[in-house]
Amino acid sequence: MRRREFLKTAAAGAVAAAYIRPVNAQARKDTLLTLSENGPNNIDIMGVGTNRPGYEVSWNTYDRLISYGVKKDENGNDHYDQSKMQGELAEDWNLTDSSVTFHLRKDAKFHDGTPVTANDVKWSFDRAVTVGGVPTFQMKAGSLEKAEQFVVVDDHTFRVDFIRADRLTMPDLAVPVPAVINSGLAKKHATDQDPWAMEWLKNNEAGGGAFKVDKWTPGQEVTYLRYDDWKSGPLPKLQRVIWRVVPSAGNRRALMERGDADISIDLPPKDVAEMAAGGKVAVVGSPIENALQYFDMNVKMAPFDKVKVRQAIAYAIPYQKIMDAAMFGRGKPMFGGPAKVTTTEWPQPSPYTTDLAKAKALLVEAGVGEGFETVLSFDLGAAVINEPLCELTQESLAQIGIKVTLNKVPGANWRAEFAKKTLPFSANVFGGWLDFPEYFFFWNYHGQNSIFNVASYQNPAMDKLIENAKFESDSAKYKQECIDFENLAFNDVPRIPLFQPLLDVAMQKNISGYRYWFTRQLDYRQLEKT
Amino acid sequence: MIVLRRLASALPSIAGVIVVTFLLTRALPGDPAIYFAGPAATEQAIEEIRHKLGFDRSLPVQFVGYLKDLVHGNLGNSLSTGQPVSQELLTRLPASAELTFLALFLSVGIAVPLGIVAATRPGSWVDHTCRIVTTAGVSLPVFFTGLLLIYVFYYLVGWAPAPLGRLDIYNSAPPFRTGFYLIDSFIAGDFETFRAALAQLALPAFSMAIFSLAPLARVTRASMLAALGSDFVRTAKASGLSHSRVVYIYGFRNAVLPVITTLGMVFSFLLGANVLVEKVFAWPGIGSYAIEALIASDYAPVQGFVLIMALLYVLLNLAIDLIYGLVDPRVRFTA
Amino acid sequence: MTEALRHARYVLSENPVTAFAFGLFTFFVLCAILGPALVPYSPTASDTAQALRPPSAAHLFGTDQLGRDIFSRVVVATRLDLGIAVTSVALAFGIGTLSGLCAGYFGGLTDRIIGRIVDTIMAFPLFVLAMGIVAALGNTLANIIYATAIINLPIYARLARTEANVRREAGFVEAARLCGNSEARIVLGQILPNIMPLMMVQVSLTLGYAILNAAGLSFIGLGVRPPTAEWGIMVAEGASNIISGEWWIALFPGLVLMAAVFCFNLMGDGLRDMVDPRKRT
Repeated sequence: MRRREFLKTAAAGAVAAAYIRPVNAQARKDTLLTLSENGPNNIDIMGVGTNRPGYEVSWNTYDRLISYGVKKDENGNDHYDQSKMQGELAEDWNLTDSSVTFHLRKDAKFHDGTPVTANDVKWSFDRAVTVGGVPTFQMKAGSLEKAEQFVVVDDHTFRVDFIRADRLTMPDLAVPVPAVINSGLAKKHATDQDPWAMEWLKNNEAGGGAFKVDKWTPGQEVTYLRYDDWKSGPLPKLQRVIWRVVPSAGNRRALMERGDADISIDLPPKDVAEMAAGGKVAVVGSPIENALQYFDMNVKMAPFDKVKVRQAIAYAIPYQKIMDAAMFGRGKPMFGGPAKVTTTEWPQPSPYTTDLAKAKALLVEAGVGEGFETVLSFDLGAAVINEPLCELTQESLAQIGIKVTLNKVPGANWRAEFAKKTLPFSANVFGGWLDFPEYFFFWNYHGQNSIFNVASYQNPAMDKLIENAKFESDSAKYKQECIDFENLAFNDVPRIPLFQPLLDVAMQKNISGYRYWFTRQLDYRQLEKT
Repeated sequence: MIVLRRLASALPSIAGVIVVTFLLTRALPGDPAIYFAGPAATEQAIEEIRHKLGFDRSLPVQFVGYLKDLVHGNLGNSLSTGQPVSQELLTRLPASAELTFLALFLSVGIAVPLGIVAATRPGSWVDHTCRIVTTAGVSLPVFFTGLLLIYVFYYLVGWAPAPLGRLDIYNSAPPFRTGFYLIDSFIAGDFETFRAALAQLALPAFSMAIFSLAPLARVTRASMLAALGSDFVRTAKASGLSHSRVVYIYGFRNAVLPVITTLGMVFSFLLGANVLVEKVFAWPGIGSYAIEALIASDYAPVQGFVLIMALLYVLLNLAIDLIYGLVDPRVRFTA
Repeated sequence: MTEALRHARYVLSENPVTAFAFGLFTFFVLCAILGPALVPYSPTASDTAQALRPPSAAHLFGTDQLGRDIFSRVVVATRLDLGIAVTSVALAFGIGTLSGLCAGYFGGLTDRIIGRIVDTIMAFPLFVLAMGIVAALGNTLANIIYATAIINLPIYARLARTEANVRREAGFVEAARLCGNSEARIVLGQILPNIMPLMMVQVSLTLGYAILNAAGLSFIGLGVRPPTAEWGIMVAEGASNIISGEWWIALFPGLVLMAAVFCFNLMGDGLRDMVDPRKRT
């Protein structure tokens, strides 16, 4: 008995003693602790299969030629300004109809002290258009396709020749992909089989950005230190940033509310809504541009090949219930809009609302009044939103005779699943880095049938409108073309828009300088702890 | 000699494990080639990647390739982290092992005394309480216990530190000796880190310990009862030896063998079952590694994890047998 | 028969905990059979206006994120969870016991082969094996049951093997052989009934493991599909709500889950007492 007592008190004592640690060192103003569910799987933006957290590492540790300025959004929060392009590595540039010439900073250096030259820029851009996969695809979106387009004029002058007039070329140079890599350092680790040093750059950072990667433990944490010789912008206030992976959302919330972490960007909508109401932490929610959460119906599979069936389902979705119970209000509704589109804005509300009677009538008109059975698939990786959303929809569709079975697809397989184009009915989300309607429509509605066109929608009329809009120079005609393809999308409704997602960020009240970026990840360079 | 024979007899099971794991992981849904080829990939690009990664070869050929790699100690690369599996397993194994050992230590510290007490007072309310408490512990899903403990001890009363993994952000890992932070920091004389590591270990270890109380308490009670009812204990009592001498030296020492066997069983069970605890506490061990890989249809880590666990299981059983032989002279000669 | 019943009653009166466990088990079975007909709400009916309400008179266990009544879901889930447990344990018991009996009785090559297969299964970290099977084959109810059955097989096989081995040379087996019974008849007709009591003890313990296994799979997302009501999936859904204060979503299914497993474990103890008091733990 005595032994047991002793053991128990000893254990309790040890735990208690271990807790009595020095008073909150969190008060260190120069260190930021950020949490998320997943960490980077590759810190090379041009790597194979690099995930979004990987983009965050690249954004903060590598420079790009140009970037954007800042404006205030409708809630008064800092937001990148797409209309104000400003130089990052490039001090200024000359834009002509056939090319753009950049004058690089003369004092910029990489983290290892080597000066940044135009040769590094060319090597990086050549790499981007050669390695294939997402990076090359992204470069192509701005008509940056061949290494011949990139010309080194001299050590600090770099020219990009255009192969066609494309309004997306300049914006495409500000996205994370064309990052400037320390080519000298990278080439030391290149081999004959791996001329672009893909293996080495996967785990090692070779940039010149405002922060350096101090340590990366895959699946656990990334630590950054400020690069004090950074010249491409105002020196960041933070000296150290620690990014910890905490898989459980409940734990992330607990850490935030107790003040043990500074900032977190991927908390579930319910937690965000409650924290915003609770007042202990500050919450900023920014609508993600050119992004939508939606349902896709495969128009090549019966009965979804009938437009009336698709419209019926569009009338049977429980839109408001979804906004309330699945999203807790953290989203901009994209339903219940005017009958006809009159502006080029995208996304914008569809004319559909929840009207079960109308839905039933449309089903009868289409000849499937007795209903049918189908399978609704969704990404398990986003189950927090997708599950309640799909369950509510399943229940609503049951009321008009459509029996839905839910199919959860694990996150890593999701892309492969919808790439097969065999899903009859699915829930998905898409957001584009470049905020132009024709960009969204090109990847989602065009007959070239990209992976994102899960509905396999192919309509020559739509294709013509999109292609015209892409290269349209007349602004009035461009406006009309956008309006036309948006109306067509709503009438044919291969895809039912639900809402525009918000990027919700929770941060302690002493954090300032947060700016919304289109990458939907954090930019540490503007953050400050007061 | 015995050691070699035991190892040899375990080979067929290991072979079976390798084959079954290979088949299972190849059956996982998802196509790594599509994952790598990216969103814009054409059929041709996907085929190229498939060829480059070797997935277009037939299963038997892939299996032979896998075996060849195994012989060279190459467990492949993880698709999602891109790191070599053997390296990741090596760095993560100490994390899981440290947690499991501490949990086992706590469990023994609570269950064995409880079992002894219950055995010395059979049928009393103490006995019943012991049974109810330990059975209750094993009846709760271990992830639920973990979450409850976090809620109460971290969020409500703030005794436990934030569930951020093995160390909080203000301490860094001690210089590597064994990979066990408690041991390494002790060797390095770094008591601050020792305290921090212990604090982080407390809650997850308790969650696992609660789950393993029942078998240990049960077997302690049973074998103590058997020992206490035996002739030599009756003789000891009749000879007038003190109560504590009788119970601990004559009773417990003779009852300890089945406890050791159960200990081994519980340890191997815990090593496999800690996948859920690791997920809840963000513990960077092999369990959470395996789960993430499985969900991501990342076959190499899963294969590596299962293989390591199988090997550990074999070694563990061997160790138990040897200890058994050491402790009980009767067993030694019947091997 | 009456002798057995009288013995049972004796054991139950000796040990109130066991009596309680049996009572609880009966209650669960009744819930499983009658539950779905008696619950106040449909387990899948959502009512977002009533979402996340704490327990009240209208909703005994409160409501979840979609406004579904948790009490109804917990009661209806009894049938599914008990069903999963019973089916998978029945499979494990059937195949495991039979193979164990053959291995122990016939010995030789049969023993070696079956022994190897069982050892291979046991060399896997069992939960991960279940996860792997469900992940590879798809998370349907059938696969969850098969996976749970496979990982629980070895226990029965081993137990049956040991017991059959011990009884192989027993007197009554010799007698049966002399009477001209075929081997199959001896194994099934003589040895199996002899070891049934011990197997029953194991069955009740495994029932508890089966339920916990299904709950664990649901926690990772490999369990049953929504909106099916199952204890494990409800605990998993409610886990993230604990921090935000909606404790009832995870607590009630968790408590009922615990009660069920608890009940099976205690029943196992009680059965063991009835069958062989010497083995009492």
